Amino acid sequence: MTQGTALVVGASHAGAQLAASLRQEGWAGEVVVVGDEAALPYQRPPLSKAYLAGKSTLEELAIRKADFYAKQQIRLVNAHVESIERTDRRVMLADGESMPYDKLALCTGGRARRLPVPGADLPGVHYLRTFTDVEQIRESAQPGRRAVIVGGGYIGLETAASLRALGLDVTVLEAADRVLERVTAPEVSAFYERLHRDAGVTVRTGALVEALGGDNRVREVRLAGGDELPADLVVVGVGIQPNTELAAAAGLLVDDGVVIDDQARTSDHDIVAAGDCTSHLMARYGRRVRLESVPSAGEQAKVAAATLCGKDKTIAALPWFWSDQYDLKLQIAGLNTGYDEIVLSGDPSCDRDFTCFYLRAGELIAADCVNRPRDFAFSKRTIAQGLHVDRDALLGVAAS
Amino acid sequence: MGVVTFVSYDGEKHEAPLEEGRSLMQVAVDNMVPGIDGDCGGEAACGTCHVIVDPQWSEEVGLSGPVEEEMLSMNPERQPTSRLSCQMAVSQEWDGLVVQLPEFQM
Repeated sequence: MTQGTALVVGASHAGAQLAASLRQEGWAGEVVVVGDEAALPYQRPPLSKAYLAGKSTLEELAIRKADFYAKQQIRLVNAHVESIERTDRRVMLADGESMPYDKLALCTGGRARRLPVPGADLPGVHYLRTFTDVEQIRESAQPGRRAVIVGGGYIGLETAASLRALGLDVTVLEAADRVLERVTAPEVSAFYERLHRDAGVTVRTGALVEALGGDNRVREVRLAGGDELPADLVVVGVGIQPNTELAAAAGLLVDDGVVIDDQARTSDHDIVAAGDCTSHLMARYGRRVRLESVPSAGEQAKVAAATLCGKDKTIAALPWFWSDQYDLKLQIAGLNTGYDEIVLSGDPSCDRDFTCFYLRAGELIAADCVNRPRDFAFSKRTIAQGLHVDRDALLGVAAS
Repeated sequence: MGVVTFVSYDGEKHEAPLEEGRSLMQVAVDNMVPGIDGDCGGEAACGTCHVIVDPQWSEEVGLSGPVEEEMLSMNPERQPTSRLSCQMAVSQEWDGLVVQLPEFQM
């Protein structure tokens, strides 16, 4: 069946790709994308980088231009979906209207995790997930002001680099004993801490935020142990929470994310899901994984569209990620979960480019490549194809 | 407006208008050319917009720069005129340009 209405909830990376892929795969019926942001589907990765730095406009962030959707007869609707009524095959909107569907796609993404401390709702406390978030940060990010960033993950560190470039006084607070603790080896964390300190950022690890203080707007950040840091603005980057409430309320299987199979189907086979909101049992890892990755969102969306059009595609690509901080490009191939050995090519304690290869039982499973696109291209291919590679060969890639 | 032709690995042809101010990758994505993914949105970070420029056009559109070179050098399908199409700013002078797509993107 490629007739009838395919309704996509979420005008995200996944949602935009899914709608386009439906046309590519031959969906002849209506394609509708419902999103609650008043903008064309746009790229989120530049939000903490070029967009925060004022180097790109919202128009430039658009994944595709307005006339693409018109030409492909993809209808974009700015509305908030409140619930899914599976028996009637329709979604209810916040304004009381409803929209019917024959096939439904959930691309609801995630939202910034809130900081669970007193004062977190004060004006001047920002999160970073949408273009409006960033516009608010930009308004208060005047040179010389003091910005405190809560969270030393990728978003926090990218934001620190961008705000530093704008001339702010920047402090990064990380609760763990090193930045990027969940995702990289200690050597890579140490590299990034040094990089930021060299750029004039204060990095405090083991720093637990207890409260945010201020009368009409945030003025200070209070840490466990009693320290108080003055702040003109606070940016919180402590991870995202998948938007799974719609799916859960509709009785779909949810386990951290909306559970999907290799064809991107949820537990209701008329409903697919793609992107940050999903949890997928990855054969490669032997466990459910919820990825926060644009390339994965794109792949899941393409597979989901094929599935809705009755074609057979499978989610199989190797996850990969990237992060730009200052003039350095980090590219990450694979997930390093369970690594038992690292091989360093280059010296992160003094070089500006290096690769940290992660091995498990002697096999390459992941790589963090800093300004080493050649190592990245090699790793992505080698891991995806499951090829064996000797330690010595890893060190030789950059020189080849 | 000028036209570019993307030729798939199987020989299938997709024509697209050359819109100035866009990269060749964006032109492909705007026109749903299969086989060009552009996963990273044009940052030369992913290598999923690899095209092989028709050698006749190579001089006009130019060869790969150092950033592209790093990503392309590990690619077994790499040809002398290979480019990452996200790094190719479209020009109206390219009317009639033909680029070949590899069998697999990275």
